[in-house]
Amino acid sequence: MSKVRVLVGTRKGAFVLTADGKRDRWEVSGPHFPGWEIYHVKGSPVDPNRVYASQCSSWFGQLIQVSNDGGKTWEAVGNKFAYDGVPGTHQWYDGTPHPWEFKRVWHLEPSLSDPNTVYAGIEDAALFRSTDGGQNWEELSGLRGHGSGPQWQPGAGGMCLHTIILDPSNPRRIFIAISSAGAFRTDDGGKTWRPINRGLKSDYIPDPDAEVGHCVHRIAAHGSRPNVLFMQKHWDVMRSDNAGDTWHEVSGNLPTDFGFVIDVHAHEPETIYVVPIKSDSEHYPPEGKLRVYRSRTGGNEWEPLTKGLPQSDCYVNVLRDAMAVDSLDSCGVYFGTTGGQVYASSDAGDTWAPIVRDLPAVLSVEVQTLP
Amino acid sequence: MIRVVLPPNLRSLARVNGEVQIDVAGQVTQRAVLDALEDRYPVLRGTIRDHVTQRRRPFVRFFACEQDLSHEPPDTALPHRVVEGDEPFLIVGAIAGG
Repeated sequence: MSKVRVLVGTRKGAFVLTADGKRDRWEVSGPHFPGWEIYHVKGSPVDPNRVYASQCSSWFGQLIQVSNDGGKTWEAVGNKFAYDGVPGTHQWYDGTPHPWEFKRVWHLEPSLSDPNTVYAGIEDAALFRSTDGGQNWEELSGLRGHGSGPQWQPGAGGMCLHTIILDPSNPRRIFIAISSAGAFRTDDGGKTWRPINRGLKSDYIPDPDAEVGHCVHRIAAHGSRPNVLFMQKHWDVMRSDNAGDTWHEVSGNLPTDFGFVIDVHAHEPETIYVVPIKSDSEHYPPEGKLRVYRSRTGGNEWEPLTKGLPQSDCYVNVLRDAMAVDSLDSCGVYFGTTGGQVYASSDAGDTWAPIVRDLPAVLSVEVQTLP
Repeated sequence: MIRVVLPPNLRSLARVNGEVQIDVAGQVTQRAVLDALEDRYPVLRGTIRDHVTQRRRPFVRFFACEQDLSHEPPDTALPHRVVEGDEPFLIVGAIAGG
């Protein structure tokens, strides 16, 4: 029977949650790296036992950990993220120039074809790649150097590169997203990049439809249709049917179009999930009801999924990297909250149950479907 | 032999318990101690001082002999009692909540 392994990054360590294909009884392993912030943990799709983790702290900086046994044991690898050349400045919150400074790794995206190749999205925003299992890191500096870098500015969480999508049908195409610069695409393996933000509108920047400056929170795509992208922006849920060349809004009947996560059903590329969050400053579910919203029409028409989720007095957040799906026949959907709960649905969102309730604040959730 | 006390997070990272003792060739300075420490425990590179600038990380302090040496130039000789192994060189994470 298939198994599922859920990789959870939290403010105070990493946890590995495992279950068989029924997904009703879970074993919890952890905390790994206790006391450290674990922004992201993700396994290689080529070798599921190869797992990468981003470990950091305000005191002691950044480490990258690698496991070759599915998260049982770990080894620290390279942690030198040096920008290519003199990095220059981006904009600070008040619009003044601010030096580019490495702070942390937000997201690790293992290659679709080589377990030793992994991409890292960092703060201050840049994309790095390792081809030796994380020992050495090199910046793909064409992104930061394509021209608009000095106009990028941080969102509230920092100027982070948080989304990396590798196109399974075209190894030279990569999508990334930065808060608060927007989405970018390369079609030549990372040498050159261009902004793909046409159609986004953001009233919090001087020119609401500027080429860059949009606070993209998350992008998701289904592997079978990599030209169709779904975006949760600071405000607005957006869709592109042409690999990001243009976007249109699909927020439809959502109670609020603010949120962080967005993901796609493993077998139904028009079925997508978001968790609406109240903003601008509250950042908890509207009315204290934790609801996942599902659209089976690729957006615009949304239904609330509430069974098994708290429907009163719930004031947690669901952060941008904290939702994932498995690929079992009945698609499992998972998300983690800042209250330390990890919720799972084994029926595509119809019903939910917590796997764990009392972890530290959850920063990221990834899922591996194992034979 | 120089005695070095690491903060708990770095002890677990380096997989050591209690003090570590390291040989330092030449003059015993902050830089020489950190170089020797990182040679012996490569996992500590980048955790005490920045990889690129080699500057002390902002939330890390260096104490010895009841003195704060955090702001001493890195090539200044450490106190005699540290050099003689009578007192440890303390690497301390700044006290800040969370």
